[in-house]
Amino acid sequence: MNGHVLACAQVFTETPTRLVRRVLGSSLAEALTTPHGVERYLEIVRPAFSLRDVRAEIVAVRRATDRSVTLTLRPNANWQGFRAGQFVRLSVEVNGVRRTRCYSPASSAHTQDLVELTAHAEPSGEVSPFLRASARPGMVVSLSPAEGDFVLPEKRPRAVLLVSGGSGITPVMSLLRTLCEEGHDGPIGFLHYARDEADVVYADELRALAARHPNVQLRYGFDLHGRFGREHVRAAGIDPAEAETYACGPTRLLDAVRTMWADHGLEERLRVEQFTAPAPAVPADAETATGSVQFARSGRAAENDGATLLEQAEAAGLTPQSGCRMGICHTCSCRKVEGAVRDIRTGEISTAPDELIQICVTTPAGDVTLDI
Amino acid sequence: MSTSSPPQLTPEQLDAFGRELDAIRERVIADLGERDAAYIRRVITTQRALEIGGRGLLLLSILPPAWLAGTAALSLSKILDNMEIGHNVMHGQYDWMNDPDVNGHSFEWDSACPSEQWRHSHNYMHHTHTNILGKDRDIGYGVLRMSEDQRWHPYYLGNPVYAVLLALFFQWGVALHDLEVEKLNTGKARWSDKREMVEAIWRKGRRQALKDYALFPLLSGPSAPFAFTGNLTANAVRNVWAFMIIFCGHFPEGTHEFTEEETEGETRGAWYHRQLLGSANLTGGQIFHIMSGNLSHQIEHHLFPDLPAHRYAELAVEVREICERYGLPYNAGSLPRQFGSVVKKIVKLALPGGGGDDEQPAVEPTPLPRRPRAKRREAVAA
Repeated sequence: MNGHVLACAQVFTETPTRLVRRVLGSSLAEALTTPHGVERYLEIVRPAFSLRDVRAEIVAVRRATDRSVTLTLRPNANWQGFRAGQFVRLSVEVNGVRRTRCYSPASSAHTQDLVELTAHAEPSGEVSPFLRASARPGMVVSLSPAEGDFVLPEKRPRAVLLVSGGSGITPVMSLLRTLCEEGHDGPIGFLHYARDEADVVYADELRALAARHPNVQLRYGFDLHGRFGREHVRAAGIDPAEAETYACGPTRLLDAVRTMWADHGLEERLRVEQFTAPAPAVPADAETATGSVQFARSGRAAENDGATLLEQAEAAGLTPQSGCRMGICHTCSCRKVEGAVRDIRTGEISTAPDELIQICVTTPAGDVTLDI
Repeated sequence: MSTSSPPQLTPEQLDAFGRELDAIRERVIADLGERDAAYIRRVITTQRALEIGGRGLLLLSILPPAWLAGTAALSLSKILDNMEIGHNVMHGQYDWMNDPDVNGHSFEWDSACPSEQWRHSHNYMHHTHTNILGKDRDIGYGVLRMSEDQRWHPYYLGNPVYAVLLALFFQWGVALHDLEVEKLNTGKARWSDKREMVEAIWRKGRRQALKDYALFPLLSGPSAPFAFTGNLTANAVRNVWAFMIIFCGHFPEGTHEFTEEETEGETRGAWYHRQLLGSANLTGGQIFHIMSGNLSHQIEHHLFPDLPAHRYAELAVEVREICERYGLPYNAGSLPRQFGSVVKKIVKLALPGGGGDDEQPAVEPTPLPRRPRAKRREAVAA
């Protein structure tokens, strides 16, 4: 009896939001809204609301350089925060199609309600040019939980070197802002490579941080002679042997850092984050069947023999659903994780990652990974 | 069904016909984008608003105006959910959007039929074997005699009655469709094989019934019995409307059936040809098309089942033109006319024989030449 009274009292002392979420997530609410579910109705009035998914509303948009856009997002209640240096997968609808790309928050990890992302518009990209051109406050995007291990250890290292180039500035910006907010007093070197200062998204913020925190040494590659090397690191005021180093940027820069650190036996003190654009796989020519087919979920694989993916899956011992086997009924449609495929009806090649395809009418054009 | 053989094309003509339709399909696919995404979102938002409004009004349905308005809104909501949204989304028409809300495999509709079974019996079986006697179970749905080539049995004297019952309880008829009860009755299939399907139908049907006939009425306090009748009526309205539209798809005067023999080794062009000749359109305004789930464009839907249905109206112009050039019929008529011919057929086929040799099939724009009747195939068992 006492337990029952306590439970009732608890319901009334819970905050209104938690109570509302409990009601919305209850089995009664589900039974009333079956089969679509509560969220499909609430979305009409509150697009960013969800009981489980992380969604965020864009609250501010800033175009600091001619190639970038900085978004301030307010995530919904399902957001669990992030550790400085991690990334999120952002999903947004571009011309009717939902696309997902990885971005690293650039804000301090201690900022609770808002997350700042910066996208650099890749000319051949689909999402970044869209965001640069069309992002506006009020838009709602989806976020994954934060992931990645490009992070600071719990016990902060005394000296930190942050090396970045181009769009790689975002995670190290988060590392820098987080350390500064914590009142870190050890030396921090911030070495950034860009075309010129006008091309640096966070030029103003960096100048302000360096002015406010004397332990932060800011150096731009375009102010220094030559390429990344010992001289540049020295200019940032850091001894690599005494510091934890974080590097993020184009492949050539990262290779240079990795090589130099390896030469000095300092691999253990270096963490690298590589941004890879979803590179379209080079499609093989129509005549020869090359590459292999990976069936990710069942852990099987097979050499591509040119047959349709449905036939190759069946030959590999799988039993995917199928129907008409001529591309009408969509029974066989499943997710292609990555790779290039050819539609045998039209000859068209598709290389987009994370795409639904009808496997009865597609053949591999190179390596393909299917989610079956 | 037609009393004359379908117009024949040479294999070369069929190939050319098929290529022209393929070209239309590819063009539309390349064009899909913002416009189509925005359209389906608008329809979905409208449906959900109607549902919330309807259910809300029915909470106060002890007041007759609230009952009327609530039932009307809920009827419209169920019709949209079933037809323009459910049927079309499940065809994969919006899979290209990569949005889990409108994904053909995961969408579940507000109807007793489990979506998985609908996708099997409709997307796969019906659309692949359209109007092939013995393979397309939509010919009669296992309960009606809709073809003179279905062997007559005294059971079919009740054809009109079964049709009325099927119409009123259509969502349950559809729910049981994939079970193939007629095969279970004749021993061609075993109940033990169907256990999972039966359980799925039970689960879905129970959830739907609980929602419409128990939970919402109970929530309505004094309006309980009125909410109950309101929900019952909304389901019946949706059932009858869907029945009418669907039965106008392949049964009006002038539609053709095919045998398994003549469709063996069918080329792509021949597949398109059969889809065209087996289907019939309904003429009407834009609202009518939307409320019919664009099944008023049954021909375009059967030619292009996985293109977003709202595009069919504009494609119809091109399809008609192609049909004219190839001398093929394009069966289109008003709802009263097409459904009238379906009703006539249901009544006629209640009696033995039932084919109308002296009837001119009414098709437009190209009238069919009168040709001797094709040899009757062995009658299909009920």
